[in-house]
Amino acid sequence: MSRAVGWLLLAALAAGPPLALAAGQPFYVDILTRLVCLAAAATSLNLILGHGGMISFGHAAYIGIGAYAVGIPAYYEIYDGWLHILFAVAFSSLFALATGAIALRTRGVYFIMITMAFAQMVFFAVVSIEEYGGDDGLVIDIRSEFPLVDLEDSLTLYYACFAVLLGTLYLVHRLVRSRFGMVIEGARGNERRMASLGFAFYRHRLAAYTLAGALCGLSGAMLGNFTNFISPEMMDWTRSGELIFMVVLGGTGALFGPLMGAAAFLLLEELLSGWTIYWQLPFGLLLILVVLFARGGLAGLLEGRRG
Amino acid sequence: MDAGLVAAQLLNGLQLGVLLFLLASGLTLIFGIMDFVNLAHGSLYMVGAYFCATLTDATGSFLLAVALALPATALVGAAVELLVVRRLYRRDHLDHVLATFGLILCFDTLVQILWGPEGMAIRLPAWADGQQHLPGGLVFPTYRLLIIGAGLAVAAGLYVLVTKTRLGMRIRAGASNPAMAGALGIDIGLLFTLVFALGAVMAGLAGMMIAPITEASIGMGNEIIITAFVVVIVGGIGSIRGAFVAALLIGLIDTMGRSFLDMGLKLLMSAQAAETSAPALSAMLIYILMASVLAFRPQGLFPPKTR
Amino acid sequence: MKKTALALAAAAALLASPSFGADKVKIGFVTTVTTPAGVIGRDMVDAVNLAMQDIGGKMGGLEVELIIEDDGFKPETGKQKTDKLVKQDDVHFVAGFIWSHVLLASRKSALDGGKFLISSNAGPSQIAGKLCHENFFSTSWQNDQTPMAMGEVLNQRGVKSLYVMAPNYAAGKNMVSGVERTFKGEILGKDMTKWGKDAQLDFSAELAKAKASGADGIFVFYPGKAGGAFIKQYQQAGLQGEIALYTVFTVDSIALPNLQKAGMSGVLGSLNTQFWGPDLDTPQNRKFVSGFKEAYGRYPSFYAAQSYDTIFLIKSAVEAVGGNMDDMDGMRAAMMKADFPSVRGPFRYGNNHFPIQNFYLRQVVEDADGVWTTTVVDTVLKDHQDVYAAECKM
Repeated sequence: MSRAVGWLLLAALAAGPPLALAAGQPFYVDILTRLVCLAAAATSLNLILGHGGMISFGHAAYIGIGAYAVGIPAYYEIYDGWLHILFAVAFSSLFALATGAIALRTRGVYFIMITMAFAQMVFFAVVSIEEYGGDDGLVIDIRSEFPLVDLEDSLTLYYACFAVLLGTLYLVHRLVRSRFGMVIEGARGNERRMASLGFAFYRHRLAAYTLAGALCGLSGAMLGNFTNFISPEMMDWTRSGELIFMVVLGGTGALFGPLMGAAAFLLLEELLSGWTIYWQLPFGLLLILVVLFARGGLAGLLEGRRG
Repeated sequence: MDAGLVAAQLLNGLQLGVLLFLLASGLTLIFGIMDFVNLAHGSLYMVGAYFCATLTDATGSFLLAVALALPATALVGAAVELLVVRRLYRRDHLDHVLATFGLILCFDTLVQILWGPEGMAIRLPAWADGQQHLPGGLVFPTYRLLIIGAGLAVAAGLYVLVTKTRLGMRIRAGASNPAMAGALGIDIGLLFTLVFALGAVMAGLAGMMIAPITEASIGMGNEIIITAFVVVIVGGIGSIRGAFVAALLIGLIDTMGRSFLDMGLKLLMSAQAAETSAPALSAMLIYILMASVLAFRPQGLFPPKTR
Repeated sequence: MKKTALALAAAAALLASPSFGADKVKIGFVTTVTTPAGVIGRDMVDAVNLAMQDIGGKMGGLEVELIIEDDGFKPETGKQKTDKLVKQDDVHFVAGFIWSHVLLASRKSALDGGKFLISSNAGPSQIAGKLCHENFFSTSWQNDQTPMAMGEVLNQRGVKSLYVMAPNYAAGKNMVSGVERTFKGEILGKDMTKWGKDAQLDFSAELAKAKASGADGIFVFYPGKAGGAFIKQYQQAGLQGEIALYTVFTVDSIALPNLQKAGMSGVLGSLNTQFWGPDLDTPQNRKFVSGFKEAYGRYPSFYAAQSYDTIFLIKSAVEAVGGNMDDMDGMRAAMMKADFPSVRGPFRYGNNHFPIQNFYLRQVVEDADGVWTTTVVDTVLKDHQDVYAAECKM
């Protein structure tokens, strides 16, 4: 059931933007582009959070690293898109590898908090660099340039982001089905058993953590291209919290969960903030209610599970 | 740099340290005893500040307002425990993080609805508003000295409460083995509510103490709560002694960083760049401290002995 | 009144139908309504609503629709909201903007969308200089100007050395460079503190440094509620007699009520510079200040004054083209004349569309009703133009 809804959602996302443009609603393309980028980021988080049980409270850092991998070269008037993507993926995975190597030594709350600490370090490092705007952020005047593809066109940009989302979904799907995925899921269930079976789960987890970082960095690069503006705010700890919320709202461990979660999240934010300036109150209440009563998230509800 | 300035900054660091301890001690108790991650602890800090400001207006006496606001904050804490937190003890940390993240949004918005966006000033009584001349020609604000004194007194009181009283014995029993404590006839539900309310009181007290300096304002707890978490993690979850040591350490590091880092940086870069990057880098220091402590001691400086 | 505007905004968001006919004037107003900085946004929205009331909700015979958007004190959100105003609501004017960094982030969206962009407060150097644009107008000032006036005041008063504190964002940097531009003495130390929704509000370490520096005076820029917090700690640290306080955009009608409540009498008599003051004697200002006090029971801030002017500037443009909202050139030409009753009195626009105007020295006093406010005591700069205008190729 949740699979079917997921496919339906993907189909809607594939067909939606041209329809929105035809209906004279270009702003909806903006909303959908943001949705698709955040869904890709949330899907990458789901790989480690949903499947690996690694609650990273610093995943927004990779969105920021990816975005700055576009923004900083653009600041020096280097617009080569492949180079941007290379930077985004390389720096995200390097950062994930280095911090993951330390963070994965810890467990439970300590893991949550150390991932947040690393993200805060990136946050403050960017704030401290005056050259790249510090707190004020950077305006990206020209988007990444690719041969044959013009990201300045909103529809083209949308489909580029959509392709990233599809790629991320496919990769996560394949990985989870593989032996590698089973080790990760197994380590979540019972570390000791997996260790006694001879699995080097630390290395598997580190690999998954690094891959999730790299994928998220890619979605961050797309998001940076879309917003034309990047700032340290993109990696604030509340943003990491929002990503977790998307994953949980959609349903941890379900392939399409993060996509559904991101869609529901943005829809709610858009509707509620248009309705009242106090929109965070119903939003917060809903968050609590989801945690209390809708275990398994939207995907769980669709499967008929209850809290 | 002269000795007087260093001494003044040590006192400033100590003042920040005891404030952090008040927040972190409740957090670490709730963490250690209920194994509950409470992001909304900072909201109780804010609620305490607003209660105190309103009551100071109503009664005209700051001390009376504090005396009345403390039990009021305890009630709010108990209500939060009974309505939301209680249902989440058996869940994993992810659910705790999300639900209390939702609570933050609710509290911040409720405060804006009830008190408006402008923040509330508190008028200090004349005897607390001046400066004290300390040995060595040091002049220091009276009120900040009072914060240090009150904070240390609360720390001592908490130590006595936990180690010497019946309630403290139950708390310790509940912390080391809740199931056994329950079997021995301790009302675990009541105990948990009491501990949560106690944590709320200490967070509220911290808010009341800082409000005459910075005013009570929306979201005032959201930044400091992250620092308080760092304190708890560095100190070791559940350890009040650890929280005390870590709070003072982090208070001093943060203040010293803000005071003297720019001088050091000026040796490395231009004065302009040093002035703008020093605050961010000093904010980063505490996260570097936390990551390095966890890298070598994955359970903090004073790890819990049981479990 | 605010509720009406919000209801309108909500209705607009729900209906989401862009109207192509110019049957009404649509104004989008981006400001901060949530977070503690919402207190500034409230002053601006109140002033805009008052102006709407004063013009009877009409400009050049057309209905005016006002859409208020909240930037949440974040550049990214401000840009998103500007995109929404441009693409979904299809407004004619995007106005507002308290924060320089929010304006810098949103600028491209509004101008590329072919809209007029009017800053009711922020005046970052970039937009006055290299990034100037024919469709951008300011009803406030360029950030550097007010501290430049303060630098002159410091020279006149024989201040030889200065300690400088400001928040670390675009405007804070402009304010510091402004005072450095005119102040002839020595700057003994400088602190740029964290800003944003989690801004630093405890300045103990910085104040201790300022005191130890032995400077004659301390120059401070802390807008909104941070101003009140700073003044309090300045007094609590006993710095009053030791290091004289000179501020810009810090001691205003937003900070003063809380300071008065907290009994911070040290702020009485302190000096600041500004292009405007509630007691400035112009016909429009008398009407504005008394109307604002009557409607909301408090003094308006300079944010409110600039927002009030924004509506009248737009009105002058719409009336000049007789309500033909497609006539961008006509409206632009009209606005360049600055031919509207401004609360600051007559002024003219420079090539970069920033006002060329006077800057006054103001002092904090107690008014006849015992309320703390500011009064204009001197004119520091006459017909002053910002220095970045030379970099603007317009």
